[in-house]
Amino acid sequence: MMLETVTQSKTSSPMESTFDPIVTAVLSELQTDEHLTLQLTGEQSQFVRFNGAKVRQTGSVSDGELHLTLMKGDRNGYREFSFTGKLETDLPQAQAALKELREEVLQLPDDPYLVLPSGNATSHEVNAGKLLIGGAIASSILPEVSGLDFTGIYAGGSLIRAYADSAGQKHWFATETFSLDYSLFTADGQAVKGTFAGSEWSQEAYAAKLAESKLQLERLSQTPKAIPKGQYRTYLAPAAVAELMGMLSWGAVSESSMQRGGSALGLLQRGEKQLSPQFTLRENFSRGLVPRFNSWGEIAPVELPIIENGKLVNTLINSRTAKEYGKTANGADGGESLRSPEVSPGNLAATDILSKLGTGLYLSNLHYLNWSDRPTGRITGMTRYACFWVENGEIVAPIENLRFDESLYRCFGENLLDLTDFQEFIPEVGTYSNRSLGGIWVPGALSEEFTYTL
Amino acid sequence: MISELLRAIESLDVPADWVGLRAVKESVGVRAVRDGLPRSNGKSVNQGVMVEVLVKGQIGYGATNSLDLDSLRAAAKVAYEQAIAASPWAIYPLTPAARPKVVGEYVSPFVKPLDALTPGEINDLLVQLCKTLKVSDQIVQAVATAIANETETWFVSSNGSEVYQKLVMLETHFGVTAQDGAIVQQRSNNGYLAHCYQGGWELFPEPNLWERAAQVGEQAVELLTAEDCPSETTTLVLAPDQMMLQIHESVGHPLELDRILGDERNYAGGSFVKPQDFGQLSYGSKLMNITFNPTVPGEFASYSFDDTGAPATREYLIQEGILQRGLGSLESQARTGVPGVACARASSWNRPPIDRMANLNLEPGTDSFEALIGDVERGVYMESNRSWSIDDQRYKFQFGCEYAKLIENGKLTKTLRNPNYRATTPEFWHSLKRIGDNTTWQMYGTPFCGKGEPNQVIRVGHGSPVCVFEDVEVFGGGE
Repeated sequence: MMLETVTQSKTSSPMESTFDPIVTAVLSELQTDEHLTLQLTGEQSQFVRFNGAKVRQTGSVSDGELHLTLMKGDRNGYREFSFTGKLETDLPQAQAALKELREEVLQLPDDPYLVLPSGNATSHEVNAGKLLIGGAIASSILPEVSGLDFTGIYAGGSLIRAYADSAGQKHWFATETFSLDYSLFTADGQAVKGTFAGSEWSQEAYAAKLAESKLQLERLSQTPKAIPKGQYRTYLAPAAVAELMGMLSWGAVSESSMQRGGSALGLLQRGEKQLSPQFTLRENFSRGLVPRFNSWGEIAPVELPIIENGKLVNTLINSRTAKEYGKTANGADGGESLRSPEVSPGNLAATDILSKLGTGLYLSNLHYLNWSDRPTGRITGMTRYACFWVENGEIVAPIENLRFDESLYRCFGENLLDLTDFQEFIPEVGTYSNRSLGGIWVPGALSEEFTYTL
Repeated sequence: MISELLRAIESLDVPADWVGLRAVKESVGVRAVRDGLPRSNGKSVNQGVMVEVLVKGQIGYGATNSLDLDSLRAAAKVAYEQAIAASPWAIYPLTPAARPKVVGEYVSPFVKPLDALTPGEINDLLVQLCKTLKVSDQIVQAVATAIANETETWFVSSNGSEVYQKLVMLETHFGVTAQDGAIVQQRSNNGYLAHCYQGGWELFPEPNLWERAAQVGEQAVELLTAEDCPSETTTLVLAPDQMMLQIHESVGHPLELDRILGDERNYAGGSFVKPQDFGQLSYGSKLMNITFNPTVPGEFASYSFDDTGAPATREYLIQEGILQRGLGSLESQARTGVPGVACARASSWNRPPIDRMANLNLEPGTDSFEALIGDVERGVYMESNRSWSIDDQRYKFQFGCEYAKLIENGKLTKTLRNPNYRATTPEFWHSLKRIGDNTTWQMYGTPFCGKGEPNQVIRVGHGSPVCVFEDVEVFGGGE
């Protein structure tokens, strides 16, 4: 890669040099019975959207929000406003927000489970990157896919998450990352999905990733086979497992959900259903892809087992839930969702996947999942992208998309045959409101009698 | 703001064919209560400007939340450089015709402004709602939420556009979770946050609020001992609060021209509809009349102009079952040659406009609710969405509801829990057998329509009568 197409990281951030004096100034205005937290989200992002190996839309976004929560007695309220990184603009807004909040909290009802900031945690992490400059993105990406039906999005730039509070806790997390989330299509609409992500753009690594995708695309040249609904032995590739694991953050691993009937893992907790002893899920922050601090400034443990050998050993418990239900908090965030999950590998070698599958379905990806019956852990969704019918250990043909409706307790419980002996990192590429961080490490899974309904 | 943006546009020195500045300021007050205790109280104000620059047939954008002149000039420069760099790979050579000159204004109708109730008064209402919802100890959670949103947009361009639009919106929700051991049921006021409208505090509390809240609580408890929805192929009657989701997922999204053009294939997906289908495809039964209508007073996604300046008008997308036009912006219309509507919408200042639904409504028929039900020998009547999933071509879907009743010999009889149904889109809409009249037509909305790369979430409104579909596969929960 020629140097002029790559921008080197910056070690100092204008956002940090604005955030710090705002924290100092606003905290100095607090009265003795007041507590305050400040949370900053910021990004400088470059987006290029592709369709048909052409550019559909291209642009850049400079964005940031500062979220202030004022606590007085058992009452609390928040204000959030655009954070520009310019002290002369942002400080008066922060001071005005504090003034407004003082008047508002007097009107609000008490919250007996309010958690005041405490502790003395601090952290400072800056991960530098080497990213494509805006003007070089199309010219770096598109020549490699000339003649292919290539669609997707490049998103890259700096991301900031920061926190400070009146107890003296302070955290700064800044990182520079990119992701190229793409699909390659055949003329009849079959497709291969790929994600190339990291913090340093490498043209060679990008070319190698595409070569892999092109090879997969060749497998899709056959006419898709319509598979009747029914139950089939199924291999779920890591990206498909990641989709299923994503459901656990939507009313499953949260203690708050568990306490109020909203968890799909209630049956597991009560011992009325089991998961396979092969299935282990944990939070693992050791790779440093996401900040460990939460919206109370607390630092999560580096590792927290959630499901160990099929048994629920921990739910995610934040400080508010802990106070409400007499539990011990374990560093969970406000929503008690998985932030840096990992599913342990099993024993199935990559070279044995097709032979162990024998006859059944090989699913590369899943799409549009939802609970069809949450209390029983039942999920519905669609197959998507490179999915194949396999007979006697040989790929026969790609399939027409199928709808599945299956319980977690079956596919990761009694019907789980094995997990692969390797994991893949599936990056979180979402860009609602702002670019997401992190992702999930997962193996593939081989499951018996996976249920297809349409 | 308009005059500031005009001054900014005059000061730009990029040699472009067209430049537009779209400023957005969104103020959102959130009040949420759970089990009578406050869960969220606050306000956010998010603002910024998107500068779009058209040069060499390609639009580039630069978006910033710094509103000073230097920042806008810098954003324009970035946008210009983006467009130049991408122009050799432009998917379609755009001209300024994609951004016509328009001058006008729109303000949502409202009676009581969004500051008419104090935070304390709103909390008092929500706390009282939670108390009313908790009709039994089996209610393990009661929630109530009110979100007041004022969004202002200013749009100016180098070809003389000057538009100001102010949306005043209120979104409310309440619901419960009931539990008896392993049996858990949820019931809400027509689905999560379905009561989304343009207007002020005249919309809440509604006259029947307390009766409705008690009913929601009682129905959740009732579901704990109800039979599971049977598994059979039968007549399905859908209430407007489920029809809204049905229209959204199986009519709205597949008719978006950017999906048909392939822009969305890497994320939201494509469509089973092809460009050549417009004007001839039989999408559903002859009773099916779907309008794109951003002109309905009070409906959640009403406006006078889309985010590129196209004037909004009511148009039939499907008339007597035949597909007429797509949900496509001026850009998508130029790329496909298919007639579209004023639907280029952006979620905020930091995202570019793409093809979107606005208000998408199913026009009413002539049958009363009693006549619709009275004609069904056996079937299932379902209310309020709780689960939704559809494939990337918008063809195979499965939806679930909160509450159902068995229909036997023309009467609603037993309550059923965990009602679900599945079908394919064309087969389903062709099975539309009867359609309710004006008295059954209800209007809802959602603030959560997700799509686009980068991702965008946007507000849509949907109105529908009660509808009867024949021979649909229904089923319940469990194993």
